[in-house]
Amino acid sequence: MDYVLIWAGLMAFAVFAYVVLDGFDLGIALLFPFIREQQDKANAMNSIAPFWDGNETWLVLGGGGLYATFPLAFAIIMPALYVPLVLMLLALIFRGVAFEFRWRSRSESGRKRWDLGFTLGSLLAALAQGIALGALVQGIEVADRAYAGGWWDWLTPFSLITGIAVVIGYALLGACWLIYKTEHRLQRLCRQAAFQLTLALGFMIAVVSVWMLFKQDPYMRRWFDYPNYLYLSPVPVITVVLGLYLLKAIKSGRELAPFLTTIALFALSYFGLCISFYPQIVPPSISIWQAASPESSLKFLLVGSAILIPTILVYTGYSYWVFRGKVNSEDQYH
Amino acid sequence: MFELFDAVLAARLQFAFTIAFHIIFPALSIGLAWYLMVLQGLWLKTGRDIYRRVWRYWIKIFAIIFGMGVVSGIVMSYQIGTNWSVFSDKTGPILGPLMGYEVLTAFFLEAGFLGVMLFGSNRVGRKLHFFATIMVAIGTMISGFWILAVNSWMQTPAGFAINEAGQFIATDWWQVVFNPSFPYRFVHMMLAAFLTTAFLVAGVSAWHVLRDRSNSAAKLMFSMSMWMALLVAPIQIIAGDFHGLNTLKHQPMKIAAMEGHFESQNGAPLILFGWPDMEQKEVHAEIAVPKLGSIILTHEVDGHIQGLDAFPEEDWPNVPMVFWSFRIMVAIGFAMVLVGLWSAWARFRGRLYEAVWLQRLAVLMAPSGTLAILAGWITTEVGRQPYVVYGLLRTADAVSPLDAPAVNASLLAFVVVYFMVFGAGIYYLLQLFKHKPSMNEKDIQRGQARRAAGITPIQGLQKDSAEEGH
Repeated sequence: MDYVLIWAGLMAFAVFAYVVLDGFDLGIALLFPFIREQQDKANAMNSIAPFWDGNETWLVLGGGGLYATFPLAFAIIMPALYVPLVLMLLALIFRGVAFEFRWRSRSESGRKRWDLGFTLGSLLAALAQGIALGALVQGIEVADRAYAGGWWDWLTPFSLITGIAVVIGYALLGACWLIYKTEHRLQRLCRQAAFQLTLALGFMIAVVSVWMLFKQDPYMRRWFDYPNYLYLSPVPVITVVLGLYLLKAIKSGRELAPFLTTIALFALSYFGLCISFYPQIVPPSISIWQAASPESSLKFLLVGSAILIPTILVYTGYSYWVFRGKVNSEDQYH
Repeated sequence: MFELFDAVLAARLQFAFTIAFHIIFPALSIGLAWYLMVLQGLWLKTGRDIYRRVWRYWIKIFAIIFGMGVVSGIVMSYQIGTNWSVFSDKTGPILGPLMGYEVLTAFFLEAGFLGVMLFGSNRVGRKLHFFATIMVAIGTMISGFWILAVNSWMQTPAGFAINEAGQFIATDWWQVVFNPSFPYRFVHMMLAAFLTTAFLVAGVSAWHVLRDRSNSAAKLMFSMSMWMALLVAPIQIIAGDFHGLNTLKHQPMKIAAMEGHFESQNGAPLILFGWPDMEQKEVHAEIAVPKLGSIILTHEVDGHIQGLDAFPEEDWPNVPMVFWSFRIMVAIGFAMVLVGLWSAWARFRGRLYEAVWLQRLAVLMAPSGTLAILAGWITTEVGRQPYVVYGLLRTADAVSPLDAPAVNASLLAFVVVYFMVFGAGIYYLLQLFKHKPSMNEKDIQRGQARRAAGITPIQGLQKDSAEEGH
C-alpha cells in the first residue's frame, strides 16, 4: 500500500474541506458592509457563529497534517510564503475575535469597529490564501532541503489574480450560504450578489486556468499531451455547465441548490489544480514521495485518522443539524 | 528599524511573545470548561437554579477566552513552519503526528461541540447539552495531553533514531509520547490550569462578595474556589517537587541554573535570594540556608549536587532568568497554599463570607495563577536553552533561512496586533467580571434588535424567579 499517496489524498481533502467550510464564513464577512439593517447583520453572523471555530480547525489540520506527513514541503512552503501567511494569521485574529467582541462592545462605534475588523480581516485572509495558492502554483525555488528565494518572491501579477479569484469565490460561497439560511430582505440581497459573483468567478476561473498552463511546463503537458486531453476534456465542459446551472438556480428561487452547486464548482476547479500538480507538492522540484515522512510516521497517524476523521464528520454534521433551518425563524440565541 | 534583532533572536522573541499570550487562554479554557461541567452537572443533579446562574455567568467569559485561544493558537501551529523551518523538517516525522492527533482528537471535538455548548441550550435537551459541555471539557484536556507530550519530547527526547536526511524518526511511539518528563509536566500543567482558574474565580467572586455579602451566586463561586485552593494548591507543590526531581535526573544543568549553583558541591545550600552573575560565576548578595539544597534534591544532608561548572559554558542557559522566574513561581505557589489554609480556618469558624481581608487578598491574587504559569514556563523553556531539542538540536540551527528584516517586521506586527486585539479582549473580560452575578443571569445574548423587541427576556425572568424558589 502506498501510504504517501493515501496521505496526499487525505491532505488534499483537508485543504478542500477548509476552503469550502471557512470559505463560506469568510465570504459572509465580505458581504457584511453591503448588509444595511442591524437585524440582518446579526442574522448573518449568527448563521455561522456555532460553526466558524470548527471550520477553521481544518486550517490547523492542513498545517499540522502537512508538518506530520510532508515535513519537507511544510519546511519549504512556510518560509517561502512568509509574508502572505503572516498576514493571513494576523487577519484571522481580527475576524475570529469579532464574533465575540462585536456583542461585548457597549457603544455603536465600538461595534462598527469590530464589524470593520471582521470584514477587513476576512478580506485580507481570503486574499492572502489566494495569493499563497498562486505563489505555490507558479513555483518555489529550492536548494538543499530549504527555501532558496527571497521574501518577496511570492508577489507577482499571477498571484494577485489568484488572490482576487479566491476572494470572489469565498464571497459567492457566503452569499449562497445566506440564501440557504435566511429569508426575505437579506435573502434577496444575497441572490443579487450571488448572481453577479457567479459571473465574476466564471471569468476568474477562465483567466487563472489558462494563465496557469503557461506557468510550468508540466501543467501544459498534463492537460494537452495525448491521451490526457481525452480524459480531461470533460472537466472544463462540466465547469461551464455547472456555472450556467448555478445562475439558473440563483434566479429560480432555489434555496439549497446554489450553495451545493457552488461547492461542486469549487470541487471541479480544485480537482483541476490537483491534476496539474500531481505528483509535485512543491512545484517544480519536490514530489510527494520526496517530501513525505518515513512510513512509520505515516502509518502511526493513519491508524487513528481512519477512525477519527469519519467520527469528526459525523459529529460536525450533527452540530450543523442541531442548528438547521432559517437562522431567524427561531429564537435560538436567548 | 527592521534590523533591530538578528534573525534568530527575532524569531525567538516572536515565539516567546506569541506563546506567552497564547498559553494564558488555553490554561483558563481548560479550567473553566471543567468548572462549567461541574456546575452544569450539579444543576442537573440538584435542580438548584443557582448553579445554572453561575454557569451562565462564566459561559460568556469562557466564550471570549476560548475564542482568543483559538486565534492565537493557529498562529502557533503555522509559526513553527514560517520561522523554524529546519526544526520542522527535522522533527516533523516525530512531532507532527502528535500534533496531528491533537487536532483530530481535541480541536475538532472542542470546536464541534462548542457551538452546541454555547448556543444550543434551547435546541437540544438538558442531557445532550450537558454532554456537549463534557466533550468540550475533555477536549481541552486531550489537547493539553498531546501538546505537552510534544514539549516534553523536546525536553527529554526518547524512542527515536536519526535518518540520513537528518530527521528524527520514531522507533517506539510509546516512548515518544510517554517520554521521561511527560507525565510530570502533564500533571503539573493541568493542576496549574485548575488553580489559575480557581484563583480567577476567587478574585472575581470575592470582589462581588465584598460589595454585597448577600449575593448568593458570588458566595457560591467564592466557596467553591476556596475549596480548590485548599485541596489543589498543596497537591501542586508536591507535583512540582516530583517534576523538579525528574528534571534533576534528565536535565541537571537546568536545576543548577534554577538553584543558582555555579559550583558542584556536597551539602549544597538552598539559595533563597541573590543575583546570579554569569561572568563572575557566583551569586551576589545571596541569602541561603546551608545544606537545605542537598536535602531537598537528594534527601541527604551531604548529598552531591552538580553545579553549572560540570557543564560546558557554551551550553549554559541564561541563569538569572531561570533563577528568578523559578522563585516567582514557587512564591506564588506557597501564597496559594496560604490562601487555601486561611479559607479553611475562616470556613471552620463559619466566617468565610465575612473574612474581608481574605477576600481582599483573593482579589489581589486573581491573576496570580497566570503569572505563575508564565514564570514556570520561562523557567523550563529558558532553562533548556541553547537547545530546542535538548542536547540534539541547537535553537540557532533550527531557524528558517529568512532575512532579518522579514522576521523583525512580523515580530513588530504581532506585538502591535496582540496588544490591540487581546488588550480589547481583556478589557471586555474585565467588564464582564465587574458585572454582578444576578438573579436572572441571562444566556449568551445575540442580536440586540430582537432583544429590544422584547420577545424573551420577560418570560426568561419569570421562569428564573420561579425556579429560584426551589
